[in-house]
Amino acid sequence: MPIAPAPLLSMQGISKYFAGVPALRNASLELVPGEVHALIGQNGAGKSTMVKVMTGAYNLDGPLDAGRIQFEGHGVQFKSPKQARESGISTIYQEINLVPLASVAENIFLGREPRRMGLIDWARIHREAQQAVASVGLSVDVRQPVFSLSTAAQQMVAIARAVSVDAKLVIMDESTSSLDDREVELLFGVIRQLKADGRTVVFVSHRLDELYAICDRVTVMRDGQTVHVSPMADISKLDLVTTMLGKELSAVHRSGAVRKPRTYQAPLLQAQALQAAPKLRSISLDIQAGETVGLAGLLGSGRTETMRLLFGADQPDGGTLRFNGQAVAFRAPADAIAQGIAYLSEDRKIEGIFPELSVRENMTMVLLPQLARLGIVNRAAQLRVVDRFIAQIGIKTSGPEQPIKELSGGNQQKVLLARWLALSPRLLLLDEPTRGIDVGAKADIANLVHALAAKGVGILMSASALEELVSMGDRVVVLRDGSSIAEISGEALSEQAIMSAIAEGRNILEAAAHG
Amino acid sequence: MDKLKHSLQHGLNNGGALLALALLVVFNLVFTDSFLSLQTLNVNLTQVTSIVIVGVGMTLVIATGGIDLSVGALMAIAGTLAPLVFQALPGPLGLALGIVLPILVAAACGGFNGWLVTRFNVQPIVATLVLFIAGRGVAQVLTNGNLLPFANDGFAVLGKGKLLGVPVQVLLMLAIVLVASWMLRRTVFGRFIVATGANARAAHLSGIPAARIKVAVYALCGALAGLAGLITVSINASSDANQNGLGMELDAIAATAVGGTLLAGGRAHIFGTLVGALIIQLMRYTLLAHGVPDAAAMLAKATIIVVAVWVQKK
Repeated sequence: MPIAPAPLLSMQGISKYFAGVPALRNASLELVPGEVHALIGQNGAGKSTMVKVMTGAYNLDGPLDAGRIQFEGHGVQFKSPKQARESGISTIYQEINLVPLASVAENIFLGREPRRMGLIDWARIHREAQQAVASVGLSVDVRQPVFSLSTAAQQMVAIARAVSVDAKLVIMDESTSSLDDREVELLFGVIRQLKADGRTVVFVSHRLDELYAICDRVTVMRDGQTVHVSPMADISKLDLVTTMLGKELSAVHRSGAVRKPRTYQAPLLQAQALQAAPKLRSISLDIQAGETVGLAGLLGSGRTETMRLLFGADQPDGGTLRFNGQAVAFRAPADAIAQGIAYLSEDRKIEGIFPELSVRENMTMVLLPQLARLGIVNRAAQLRVVDRFIAQIGIKTSGPEQPIKELSGGNQQKVLLARWLALSPRLLLLDEPTRGIDVGAKADIANLVHALAAKGVGILMSASALEELVSMGDRVVVLRDGSSIAEISGEALSEQAIMSAIAEGRNILEAAAHG
Repeated sequence: MDKLKHSLQHGLNNGGALLALALLVVFNLVFTDSFLSLQTLNVNLTQVTSIVIVGVGMTLVIATGGIDLSVGALMAIAGTLAPLVFQALPGPLGLALGIVLPILVAAACGGFNGWLVTRFNVQPIVATLVLFIAGRGVAQVLTNGNLLPFANDGFAVLGKGKLLGVPVQVLLMLAIVLVASWMLRRTVFGRFIVATGANARAAHLSGIPAARIKVAVYALCGALAGLAGLITVSINASSDANQNGLGMELDAIAATAVGGTLLAGGRAHIFGTLVGALIIQLMRYTLLAHGVPDAAAMLAKATIIVVAVWVQKK
């Protein structure tokens, strides 16, 4: 490799403003041919905006916007992602961008179908699509519709499509977030192959181990600026995290989890042998006021379904549910909300935000009836609530009237959390509250959960990262295939204990009772 | 002051539609004889009221992510029912019932639409197609398909009366626009309408009674269509089940779309709908005043709609 190879892509002095608020301030990025380049930063740091400017999804056309982009030595300004794609920049987004009802092959060749005598050459499409999916280690029939595949398989199809267009630059925006370890390994194989072919890959991920495993160089962004560029090997994990956060690590880690000893007061919520076909077989758990209970289990073990049941979003076929000592049967979320139960869905985009509406409206949608007299909203009282939460949980926004869709994922999540906190709930159901948000926002949310528990709110929280459950939970209930199979608390609570419970499927409660 | 700011914002939001409206006015000032007269103003306002009144209901329905094709038929039902009631029961009581009853029937029909949409998850375009077809049939059966002329001074006020020189129906229309716009912005009901259209799943999980909201909105839309039907009948001093509200669903949807309301739901501009309806009416008047044949007039109308929507997309 020459000492200073000509860059494939160079972005210099990029500034991008939304409604007068800077998303990028004089940011830069340089990619050399054949490298795997990590682009990292907290949510709201400007990674996604940078990628969107690069691919033409955003244009630098505002009065305050500025910057120069060079691709293969020529100044460019892509007007649309399509134009960027035709120039050889292929993007795989975090949200899978496929047509669910179309076949795998159709998706891979969408918009560039090979033709023979004016007709689509299906034989060639199927042959080449099969090769494309095979190259990413996927063995599916390319004639089957995309919606029939698992999320991970769909992600691999999206990757196959991006790779098969002969791109010079492939951007992977958190492509691994829905993949398991084996699939991540497959993806890394694909990346190595791309690199060997002399193509450049931009890799955006929140998982540090992955960055070190696959990336050559790293660009760190913070607050819309490029704060660090170096070979991956030249920066330690600790330095990387510190650079990303721009603050001392002590703020990230909670010093030694202090667990509340289990007391035998009457539980706030008590579920006994709840079932709902086909996903839930038997769920038993209880939550006391002021206690944080973790909900562990593999993907598909029934965590989300359990929470929806407790919230009245789905109805059980059997079992009993008691809240505050009373037997309850919630027919709709409104019934659970009336009792003081709040539910933060794991899917913020589809089940959480009202994208077109403002931060103010999003935050107070549940509280609205309480902010009204005779059905008329008291605007002053509404703004007081909104201003208080924006300040209290540090929501980064240009103001209460900014549409929520313009906020970063972490800040959207904070607005949704505020939507429920504004109700002063007695029980908070948090489904993957830290999914897809950065380390800083994770720490903020963890602190918030502790503060709420201290005030006597009962909390049930699920997370894919076991260390979060161990560090934040007083107890952890383990689910497996739709049944609650174990409860781990006190000294025994560790990642190891949770994993062995999931793996062995042993019901510790039963074992204790019989042993 | 706050109100002024709001209406200015709305004006800016609807820049494209306002521009189109301004162009139409300027064109008429230059090319149409005696355009600048109280009589012209009254003629146009009188004719636009039913589009606006129905359009307000349509805007609310569209804000929830729905659509209502039955409004024209509901106008016919209400319009046919009114003279039947006050002719069978003379006196002030008959007059009152002749106005209230048809509107309630139209509201019930709207509620039926909402019930189909929420209870059976029928797509709104299909659910309201039922009354679009059957509704006018019911109205025709009520009068055996005949024109039904009547003379009732009290009822005539609705379509021909004036208060301080302004037609009563225009005052009604303005009141409805103001109240609906305020309701949409400032009340819990209004915000829940928008939230339901913006993200139905999030609305459900936020405890918003989306089904009740939708039924109420369809019923409201039906009631407004019923009122518009009465006004038409009152102007004509006769009820015609074949003609009353014919094609109104399209005018109302067009006025809503031109006015900047998102057809997918989640964003609604009541004032925009007023501007959209004015454009459609002024278009119709302009072509009529210049003797353009009806067929060509329809093409021009379609063009204006396309252009206004296009300008707004920018």
